[in-house]
Amino acid sequence: MRRLVLILVPYAWLLALFLVPFIIVVKISLSDVALARPPYLPQFDWAEGIGAFLSELDFENFVFLTTDSLYWKAYLSSLTIALVSTLITLCIGYPIAYGMARAPEEWRPTLMMLIILPFWTSFLIRVYAWMGILSSEGFLNQFLLWIGVIDQPLTILNTNSAVYIGIVYTYLPFMVLPIYAALDRLDGSLIETAEDLGCSRLSAFWLVTIPLSRNGIIAGCFLVFIPALGEFVIPSLLGGSDTLMIGKVLWEEFFSNRDWPVASAVAVVLLLILVVPIVLFQRNQQKQAEAEG
Amino acid sequence: MKIQTLTVATVLAVGAASVTAEEVRVYNWSDYIDENLLAKFEEETGIELIYDVFDSNEVLETKMLAGGSGYDVVVPTGTFLQRQIAAGSFQKLDKDKLPNLSNMWDVIADRTSKYDPGNEYAINYMWGTTGIGVNEAKVKEVLGEDAPVTSWDLVFKPENMEKLAECGVHFLDAPAEMIPAALNYIGEDPDSHDPEVIEKAEGVFMPIRGYIQKFHSSEYINALANGDICVAVGWSGDILQARDRAAEADNGVEISYYAPDEGAQMWFDQMAIPVDAPNPEAAHTFLNFIMDAQNMAAASNYVYYANGNKASQEFLEEDVIGDPAIYPTEAAMNNTFTTTPYPAKVQRVVTRLWTKIKSGT
Repeated sequence: MRRLVLILVPYAWLLALFLVPFIIVVKISLSDVALARPPYLPQFDWAEGIGAFLSELDFENFVFLTTDSLYWKAYLSSLTIALVSTLITLCIGYPIAYGMARAPEEWRPTLMMLIILPFWTSFLIRVYAWMGILSSEGFLNQFLLWIGVIDQPLTILNTNSAVYIGIVYTYLPFMVLPIYAALDRLDGSLIETAEDLGCSRLSAFWLVTIPLSRNGIIAGCFLVFIPALGEFVIPSLLGGSDTLMIGKVLWEEFFSNRDWPVASAVAVVLLLILVVPIVLFQRNQQKQAEAEG
Repeated sequence: MKIQTLTVATVLAVGAASVTAEEVRVYNWSDYIDENLLAKFEEETGIELIYDVFDSNEVLETKMLAGGSGYDVVVPTGTFLQRQIAAGSFQKLDKDKLPNLSNMWDVIADRTSKYDPGNEYAINYMWGTTGIGVNEAKVKEVLGEDAPVTSWDLVFKPENMEKLAECGVHFLDAPAEMIPAALNYIGEDPDSHDPEVIEKAEGVFMPIRGYIQKFHSSEYINALANGDICVAVGWSGDILQARDRAAEADNGVEISYYAPDEGAQMWFDQMAIPVDAPNPEAAHTFLNFIMDAQNMAAASNYVYYANGNKASQEFLEEDVIGDPAIYPTEAAMNNTFTTTPYPAKVQRVVTRLWTKIKSGT
């Protein structure tokens, strides 16, 4: 009985906060756009019954997505931006987490605090601050001009570079924290053993530390990649007009075209792009665990 | 007039005193009111005023179509108003509660009835034109003394834009105004709903898109005022606010606004009450307050937009009522065009074209 309750809680969570909203979105994606409030038809009507309601739904909006190259280009560009920023975040985040885990015990709470501290300021304000830093009259250009590295201000704001900077900056703590958690639990004697058995420090790092922090790396990468893929605020504030991301396409479908059905179809496809690889990955992990166990 | 205002205020204040903790939520464009008016409203009526802002009709429209926005007064532009009325987003005004309607200006009411027949759903707040804001000194430095500042040539001719790109050009991120402007420039009907005609605008924008620093509908005010950019296609009053901010900062930047010779779009921002407004009573009180001649004049004096309130004109400052950029001459008024809402299919063509113009894809 207790076990059943324990299982029910996460499933109820999943049902209420994922499945129900998802079904609503799928339903809208199968509807037709209309000048009404809300702007799609059919509206569900108990009197007509579920059968009549379902018969009015169709996949037209999904077919529409294939007729315009804009959509797959936007998906592809979002995937690239999310993937590259995840890799950059990993390259910066791992050494930070490693340094934290290796720091003297009494420093660690302070270091942890420093990682979390930026969250005390609103995300939006921090992104706006980057606009001030990156603009052509901004701090960064002023500084570079002052030390004489450049003699013309660099155009960073409103380009893809600014989007990468924004995403890496924003999501860095999500990469550092899980990796730190994994490294913190790592048994130091394992590395000593490896070194005693003839490993150099570098190969002990590659052969012992990295594999043992793998779960942290995977968790960190998911935590960065997933929100970065659908990111809207960062590209719209820091990106240029040619920064193509699916979040912006969604915005345009929703706000400019008032086409909630097509917007929902875009969102459903985005979710599939995210969920399918994750499920496959999980399967693979499970199989591996079984094979090892 | 003053006594009359006071009487109205007293009546409202007494009326409001009987209801405690009443509030009215207003959703208006950014940089679009004298904030002293907000305090004055609370003082006179005892109604708590919650004031939010937006910078695109699209955002407002989505809230209206979704319903349950929680706002009591919103300010869509005429074309958007027309479509939202058709979608059933607004309630009819109770004109008995709006005695100040008698202050309104028939010339403008006539034009707004195109969107809202009989002005049943909305009152005019401000109106203006979409044109070009210019940093005179910088533009002349780049293009020479005879820069075509009064013509759309300034921003639609690639050879001009190529040079202007050096000092920075912003365009409105508003396809419903930029595409009609381009169509008007090439001699097509700016209000065309024919996809083939609309797509001709692509030919105007594609050669110049690379020279446009940013498509944005509110940043250009500060960017112009600070001298970060030298040209912006924007809304009349916003550009005049930039002129004012630059003058206040005394930074040597001089901004002018031009409604171009080939014709500029004229638009009307209308105040309306959502059908599901939590407090329609207070919303009417707010509308009546805004239509007070002195209040409306204070708003226009502050934001440099013309209003649809005839009675307010005697309270307008000379640099507002006397400025043809704000209150155009009759000839200039006739050199404007208006547009009507796009049907859904055509809207898709317009949005897609705009995405292509902005992103190149």
